[in-house]
Amino acid sequence: MTDSLLRVDDLHVEIPDRDGDRRRTAHALDGVSLDLAPGEALGLVGESGCGKTMTALSVLGLLPGGARITGGSLTFAGTDLASAPEPVLRGVRGNTIGMVFQDPLTSLNPTMTIGAQVAEPLLLHKGVGRAEAWRRAEEMLRLVGLPQPGERLRTYPHQLSGGMRQRVAIAMALICEPRLLIADEPTTALDVTTQAQILELIDSLRARLGMALILVTHDLGVIARRVDRVAVMYAGRTVERAGVRALFAAPRHRYTQALFAALPERAADASQPLATIPGLPPSPVARLTGCRFAPRCGFASERCETADPPLEGTDGGARREAHAFACFHPVAADADADAHADPVAEVVPAAPVPVSAPVPASASVRTDDVLLRVTGLTKDYPLRGGPFARRRGAAVSAVAGVSLSVRRGETFGIVGESGCGKSTLGRLVVGMETPTAGSIRFGGRLGERFGERDPATLDRRARKAHRREVQLMFQDSYASMDPRMRVAAILREPLVIQGIGDPAGQRARVARLLDDVGLERGAVDRYPHEFSGGQRQRLGLARGRARAPSLVVADEPVSALDVSVQAQILNLMRELQREKGVAYLFISHDLAVVRYLADRVGVMYLGKMVETGPAATVFASPLHPYTRGLLDTADHADPGVRPSAAPLGGETPSAADPPSGCRFRTRCPHARDLCAREEPLPAEPAAPGHTVACHFPLTPYSP
Amino acid sequence: MTAAGSVNASASVSAAAATPGLARRALSVFTRDKPALTGAVVLVALMAFCFLGPLIRPTDQTHTDLSRANLPPGSPGHPLGTTDLGYDMLGRLMTGGQTSLEVGLAAGLLATLIGTVYGAVAGYFGGWLDAAMMRITDAVLAIPALFLLVVVATIVTPSKAVLILIIASVAWLSPARLLRGEALALRGRDYVHAMRLMGGGGARAVFRHIVPNAIGTVIVNATFQIADAILYVAYLSFLGLSIPPPAADWGSMLSTGITYTQVGYWWLIFPPGIAVVLVVAAFTFIGDGLRDAFDARLQRLGRNG
Repeated sequence: MTDSLLRVDDLHVEIPDRDGDRRRTAHALDGVSLDLAPGEALGLVGESGCGKTMTALSVLGLLPGGARITGGSLTFAGTDLASAPEPVLRGVRGNTIGMVFQDPLTSLNPTMTIGAQVAEPLLLHKGVGRAEAWRRAEEMLRLVGLPQPGERLRTYPHQLSGGMRQRVAIAMALICEPRLLIADEPTTALDVTTQAQILELIDSLRARLGMALILVTHDLGVIARRVDRVAVMYAGRTVERAGVRALFAAPRHRYTQALFAALPERAADASQPLATIPGLPPSPVARLTGCRFAPRCGFASERCETADPPLEGTDGGARREAHAFACFHPVAADADADAHADPVAEVVPAAPVPVSAPVPASASVRTDDVLLRVTGLTKDYPLRGGPFARRRGAAVSAVAGVSLSVRRGETFGIVGESGCGKSTLGRLVVGMETPTAGSIRFGGRLGERFGERDPATLDRRARKAHRREVQLMFQDSYASMDPRMRVAAILREPLVIQGIGDPAGQRARVARLLDDVGLERGAVDRYPHEFSGGQRQRLGLARGRARAPSLVVADEPVSALDVSVQAQILNLMRELQREKGVAYLFISHDLAVVRYLADRVGVMYLGKMVETGPAATVFASPLHPYTRGLLDTADHADPGVRPSAAPLGGETPSAADPPSGCRFRTRCPHARDLCAREEPLPAEPAAPGHTVACHFPLTPYSP
Repeated sequence: MTAAGSVNASASVSAAAATPGLARRALSVFTRDKPALTGAVVLVALMAFCFLGPLIRPTDQTHTDLSRANLPPGSPGHPLGTTDLGYDMLGRLMTGGQTSLEVGLAAGLLATLIGTVYGAVAGYFGGWLDAAMMRITDAVLAIPALFLLVVVATIVTPSKAVLILIIASVAWLSPARLLRGEALALRGRDYVHAMRLMGGGGARAVFRHIVPNAIGTVIVNATFQIADAILYVAYLSFLGLSIPPPAADWGSMLSTGITYTQVGYWWLIFPPGIAVVLVVAAFTFIGDGLRDAFDARLQRLGRNG
């Protein structure tokens, strides 16, 4: 055991209730055990609320107010941190243990220059002089890949992009050359390409400085490629611990297995429902006996409810390298191939969704019945510098000449990094914004009503009718519901506004909507804050469906949800589509989710639609270098997949001053002079229906 | 049911008793707040004193009796003494309090009502309407309120109704500005966007979403408005611009008392003075308590409960 850098044994942390009610004491950590060798990278995974961050904070002695360690030990490099006095902890923080937080914007002080912040730990811990500290800060900023570090020393955090800020935060954490770096969701707030750059950076710095790493994340894709070993947490305790390859190849704990199965990338296609984990994690306030996962586990026996399964290694030894799990009914060790083949049948014995006749999701509707046709849609936001700035014509080009069509009953996925204009596009389609140029036209039933007019220019009555047919599903359902209204009022509101039905009829409709989305009818008397994230998203979907729209614009509907809940919502959206024939314009930055759900996809970059086509074709054989870059950069939840040789470098240029010609040329490995001079027009070089806007499209993979 | 498999997810939302509404939750926080509770008790006691007191201890407050003028406290039949015109001081404190409280409450509530709607409309619709509406409030606000009150009160003969109207006509400015700020923030919320996407109009936004969500601010401000209005009544009648005698209120009682300070008739000043201070302090404490009840702690309560 002497070779452990950090050893956490059966750690318990409790947060007492503010009013001193014993029964309401929250058991934030309930038996966490970790073991980390010097230089090793450990991934800490689990869904939100499972205690990942709390574990990281207790290592640093930074528990939130009221929380205290009530059991277990915490040893770092021979020092017992659990009982160490504050001065000792202060000597450790930022010195021998560095920490990177999730949000680089809030973890940097906006009133201090970059240099002062990076140099601060040196001044605090190493007693070096100011000049020396700044010199080392500059060096460190160069190391983390900040261009022109010398000049950047005197800039402020708001002058840097999100990715650059996270680099600064890492520089701050590393300046004292810690022996352990704790990174708590370091890339969750960043784009895919930036995420890859940051993780790559942490990787290389770890190798160079020989430090250990604890990477806290909910993202199994991030874990797969970046760490040596993984600890899976559930409801405040470590349920499984293993080497990353062993874990991904053959998870033993039923929770881990279910978590993997719920990943959209593990599903064949949208005709198969995703495996879900029924129910919700237990409340930390509940005093539980037995396996914490038992109520949601399809394999739970009586024993699971009464006895605590111990965290035990397969070979009986307590060796750090052992594959340990806390489960009475583990997945058989040799069943890994089996588990991969059919996770659905394995994990959820009673398949949640009767897959009635394996009709492809949209066989009956894949006609040329175009529901929505968007042509040359453009949206500029004038930059407001002062009262006269408008006249100078400076504007942010959010959406620039986008064309697409959505057919009845299909799912059109739109992917792209933040700032590419995908959300603006969604807001234009629902009529929340007025386009600067271009048109949005509806076909079929809608077309007869509205003809060639844009939703934004409709008169009041027509617009009201338009809103009956097109609905927006918000990313944050909670924010989209009036906190002062009960669910009954929230779900009835669209019906009341549109004057559909009498009060009794509306109440009946509300009850049916709740049934449709799998919520109890008793929910009508509750307030939005009483629901979990997944349940709120169900409510959002129910409200969106209240008037049976033919098109639902879903803006990142699952990006705030945990994997298991995400699977439930995606399944639900899929079922509703099959039953009611609703079309989705599905906007997401998550390629795996779009790949799973979408029939066709559009890839956006800096306001332009660079590639559109059938989802399967685009993902299998991208034609645009940007699409290829995105696909290569995205982390797969599989340690076997090698990182691509050349992930997308650089950052998205400002939309206020987009590059001439092809907007992607500044980051494109194939860019030539022509790309700067002329804007590429959409063409179909490979197959009809697969459009790409590139002068030098990639050669499609031969099948 | 196709979504049968996902029904499990709703298990934690039981069909048990409905969640208590906002008012109930706010009340439970409010009752734990000692100063606020004290304020409420004091206010209820004062109300009972002013409105129930005369029923129990009727006194003649219309006919003067100069033979019994300026009796000191403790005189037989007059525990608080008598005024310069021979009215019973205790009885006068009660009837005078009625005027002060009635006018104060009514004016404060009226001002809150006008200000809330005005501010919410300006904030929600924005643009030129907001600009025009807020310039009007700025203009009115630029004139000192007391000056305005004095001018109006000299033009029209004051009665209770008139008094209520003139006080409300200057007092609505501050809730209007507050609500405009709230509405500006609230109109950008997703649930207002969602409502507009359903085809809902401005009236629904203002009355169903903006005002209910700003209700904490509205109620808290109302208590301060009432306290202010009671003070305004006192100012005006102190300056002799209130309801003409023999009607009285605490302000006019103070005004008459001032004349006799040199002679040491302290009982003419202290009772109405203390009453004004008590009622204003009570409303202020209640307002502070309500602010807490509707703000942070309510959130905490909501999340845990």
